[in-house]
Order: sequence, then structure tokens, then C-alpha cells
Amino acid sequence: MKELVEILARSLVDQPDQVKVSVVEQEKSMVIELRVAPEDMGKVIGKQGRIAKAIRTLVKAAAIKQRKRVTVEIV
Amino acid sequence: MKVVEKNGKTVEAAVDAALQELQVGADRVTIEVLDEPSKGLFGILGGKPALVRVTVKESKSDQAVELLNQILKAMTVEAEVNVEEDNEQIVINLEGKQLGLLIGRRGETLNSLQYLLNLGVNKNAEDRKKVILDVEGYRRKREDTLMHLAMKLADKAKRRGRSVILEPMNPQERRIIHTTLHGREDIYTFSEGEEPFRKIVIAPRK
Repeated sequence: MKELVEILARSLVDQPDQVKVSVVEQEKSMVIELRVAPEDMGKVIGKQGRIAKAIRTLVKAAAIKQRKRVTVEIV
Repeated sequence: MKVVEKNGKTVEAAVDAALQELQVGADRVTIEVLDEPSKGLFGILGGKPALVRVTVKESKSDQAVELLNQILKAMTVEAEVNVEEDNEQIVINLEGKQLGLLIGRRGETLNSLQYLLNLGVNKNAEDRKKVILDVEGYRRKREDTLMHLAMKLADKAKRRGRSVILEPMNPQERRIIHTTLHGREDIYTFSEGEEPFRKIVIAPRK
């Protein structure tokens, strides 16, 4: 799950080496925190959060298989 | 990435030899001239051939497939990837088992994946190419469903003499409905609301 967010974020930003993803795991849920370079924030959020929404939709689909509730936060 | 280095009497001759070996056209490579040819004394002594390095550029569809494969692997989804590329767009179709996961409710997941692929492949690119992603012909089936729905709801609007409002759809899907009903004399269609909640209204003509 972490890997998926990393791949997506790296493909979108100008500074892929600045992409940092960390995971806070709980019993039934999981919070994925995505950090990117300040200049790249817009590239992972998008107009009206459209890109962020697409990332969350994909992660949610992947999470179905693992029966976990996953939230993606851009921090 | 494929790279070859070739000698030749002139730069052109060396490039031609390299293209011959790589079996690609000149538009798909980058060329570096490593050594300019020199004639030497009287054109006989100490002459030096041209040396070029020719590199095959990764095509857009290669990039798209590479990114898609990484994403699918991270999602632990196995699928066969088929690609067709022309001058304007790259059409990717996925075949496999349990791909419903990739489609999602009303194609939501599929549209998200397609959107992210488009952004990833066209990032900072001058020559943008649209990526169209489909899973087991889902989009074509959805198109049939929408056309059918459009006709049914148009009849309903006419029968009741009242407007029928559809659920929110993305621009591509709205376009299918507008196009389907375009020729009809008894009703007309328009969209209202703001993206991403824009929806179609089918209204009877008085």
C-alpha cells in the first residue's frame, strides 16, 4: 500500500527524491502520510483536490483486498 | 534503452548505419556526434571517420505501460496489458481475472487510474498524448448502457411533459448522452451544476 502511494507520487512530482511516505498502522485501519517538496504540493493535490482524490480512490481499491480502512493524508 | 555507436565517412553515413542496425526511424532517436570526421593530409593521410552515438528514445506508450505495470504490481493485481498507440492517443486495454476492483463503482477507480496515468506520462512533456484506459471493454459496455438510458429517459421526459435530471457524470459520459439525443425533435438536453457534480437535464420541447 505504501509502495503504491510512492509510485503514484513519484510519477507526478518534479522532485521524486523528496517523496516520503510513512505508515501509521492500527488493527483495522491504516493511515498513509505523504510528504513531498513544498513546490510539488500542487502536483499531488491538484485543482480542487482532484489529484488527491484520484490517489485516494486507487488506494481505497487496493485496500479492499487487504480488508483494511486506509486513509491517505498529504502533510 | 538501446544505444549503438557507429563509424562512417560522414556524420550522415554513420547515423544511417546506426538507424539500419536499430531498425528505427530518425524521429525516434537522439543523436550525439562523438567525433567529427577529418580529411587528413591531402585527403589520404591521417583521415579520421565520424563517430556517432544513437540512442532510441522511450516512446510514450512504453512509459505509460511501465508506470501502469508498477501500479498494478503495487496493487497486487495481475493483468495482461495491451497497447495501441497512434499520433494522438494511447489506448490501453487490460484483460484478466478479478479486474472489477480496477473499475470500481460506475468506473470511478478506472477513471482515477486513467487520470493519474495521463498526468504521469505527460508530465512536463511538450508533445502531450491522451491515455485512454479500459478494462475488459468496460468503457464500450458503459457507452451502450448510457445510450440505452438516454433513449429511455428521453421518452419518459416526453411522456410526462417534464424535465428529467440524470445523476452527476463526467464530461465523457455526458457527451455520449448529448450526442445520442442530439438529433431528436421532441426533446433537448443541457447540463447544469459545477464539476464534478455536473449533470444532464433532458427537457421536452413545447
